[in-house]
Amino acid sequence: MSLRIVVTVKYVPDATGDRHFAEDLTVDRDDVDGLLSELDEYAVEQALQIADEADDAEITVLTVGPEDAKDALRKALSMGAHKAIHVEDDDLHGTDAIGTSLVLAKAIEKAGYDLVISGMASTDGTAGIVPALLAERLGVPQVTLLSEVSVEGGPTGTVKGRRDGDTASEQLEASLPAVVSVTDQSGEARYPSFKGIMAAKKKPVESWDLEDLEIEADEVGLEGSWTKVDTAAERPARTAGTIVKDEGEGGKQLAEFLAGQKFI
Amino acid sequence: MAEVLVYVDHVDGAVRKPTLELLTLARRIGEPVAVALGSGAENTAAVLAEHGAVKVLTHDAAEYADYLVVPKVDALQAAYEAVSAGGSLAAVLVPSSAEGKEIAARLAIRIGSGIITDAVDLEAGDEGPVATQSAFAASFTTKSRVSKGTPVITVKPNSAAVQAAPAAGAVEALAVSFSEKATGTKVTARTPREATGRPELTEAAIVVSGGRGVNGAENFSVIENLADSLGAAVGASRAAVDAGWYPHSNQVGQTGKSVSPQLYIASGISGAIQHRAGMQTSKTIVAINKDAEAPIFDLVDYGVVGDLFEVVPQLTDEIKSRKG
Repeated sequence: MSLRIVVTVKYVPDATGDRHFAEDLTVDRDDVDGLLSELDEYAVEQALQIADEADDAEITVLTVGPEDAKDALRKALSMGAHKAIHVEDDDLHGTDAIGTSLVLAKAIEKAGYDLVISGMASTDGTAGIVPALLAERLGVPQVTLLSEVSVEGGPTGTVKGRRDGDTASEQLEASLPAVVSVTDQSGEARYPSFKGIMAAKKKPVESWDLEDLEIEADEVGLEGSWTKVDTAAERPARTAGTIVKDEGEGGKQLAEFLAGQKFI
Repeated sequence: MAEVLVYVDHVDGAVRKPTLELLTLARRIGEPVAVALGSGAENTAAVLAEHGAVKVLTHDAAEYADYLVVPKVDALQAAYEAVSAGGSLAAVLVPSSAEGKEIAARLAIRIGSGIITDAVDLEAGDEGPVATQSAFAASFTTKSRVSKGTPVITVKPNSAAVQAAPAAGAVEALAVSFSEKATGTKVTARTPREATGRPELTEAAIVVSGGRGVNGAENFSVIENLADSLGAAVGASRAAVDAGWYPHSNQVGQTGKSVSPQLYIASGISGAIQHRAGMQTSKTIVAINKDAEAPIFDLVDYGVVGDLFEVVPQLTDEIKSRKG
């Protein structure tokens, strides 16, 4: 039996661009280029490595997002994933993490899975709660924030990994099916080869909407969100600081500044 | 007055500072009821009482150490049900650690509540607690609230100055029955992180970081010496971590830890957006860099253009002599 791996990915605004909020206080996606969240590249990489080790595995990349989010799927396909699912629906605009986890969970169930792999967080929202939300919704073990991961025994086997926390490093183990998330320490993500990029163009990308997933419009979107952003204000630019050139006394001058600020 | 559940982050009974900050913030919206789980839970009561906990709900079981996250979710849910049954519950507050956010997220779904993560401030509002968050590498500040259920909010370290406010802190045993899913993810081994004697990076009031300019693992002692003179934590940029000069657990930035100390000193760090994402909310920012054009200088309150190997040791000596 084939090991079915679903990798959840997010299309995010480029952090080096001028990111800001739209009038309805959702992320403005029109003015900034988007790309596959860097932290999700590590999830795709680990899926590819697990698939290489397994006798038989199929990797599906899944995203929820607007039309342009297909770019994130194409990137993952060009790295080597086999097929893609794009959940797209106008009613999804403004969905929060809880709503997104509902859509992802329904899509994962519909696709069929033995293992879900996510990045540790998106590089735009940075909350890092979607993997835990998915495990809760799917009712399967969460094996999260792994810097090392392996799967043994195929679709009914076990997943093992190492979680490096603030106070301890833990070895974790769970039976499949399970939800895994990986950190940027799990292993450098590969660059797509030219062959991979060409092959990706021919790989299937399915499009699903809310009806396909039997989700009502009022369960998601800005209206269905369980949180509300009331205001978003650009932080005032920092007032220009004092900058000195070290001419032998730089350290002492800095100490003087720190003393003035009561740090020493 | 409405109660506020506060999840206690502690190590064998020693309460970590972000929990005391949470108690301070909790008092703005209600009466804090603390939930302490696992080995040493009862030992947390005295310090929690000193910081405003009217009640401390405790429970210990092997499951908390032997399995990941879910047993703690079961217990927090039990506390939520016990307290909300007895009256009004204004919010559930959890420290914004990696584990804290996972616990809070799962609880939120179970109790049908919205969740706000990584709040940097919290106030009472007409329609419930209002949380301040930073967005887009701290270039924006948002104010949000939970519009469904009992607000579940995780709060970042250093979001409030700890204030003592003695309260009863009556210890009560919490009744917890673990769900079938509690034992889904086994912790088969645990290696405690080696103590450096320095404060935890995300909690430290002062962080001293080194980057590409440090140019080698052996040179990080220059950064560590400065940190030790200030009682600070040591951070590192991704470039320094990727080069293997410093452990990943100390990485500050978009793919590492986000810090918000009173003072952040960046040495040999150019200040790419990915690094700024992790430190831009620091109150006072200082940089030392050879390159006068480095983007980090756009953020600083005080910058020194110079060789860190000249400036940092001189600064360290000066601090030591001033502290006598």
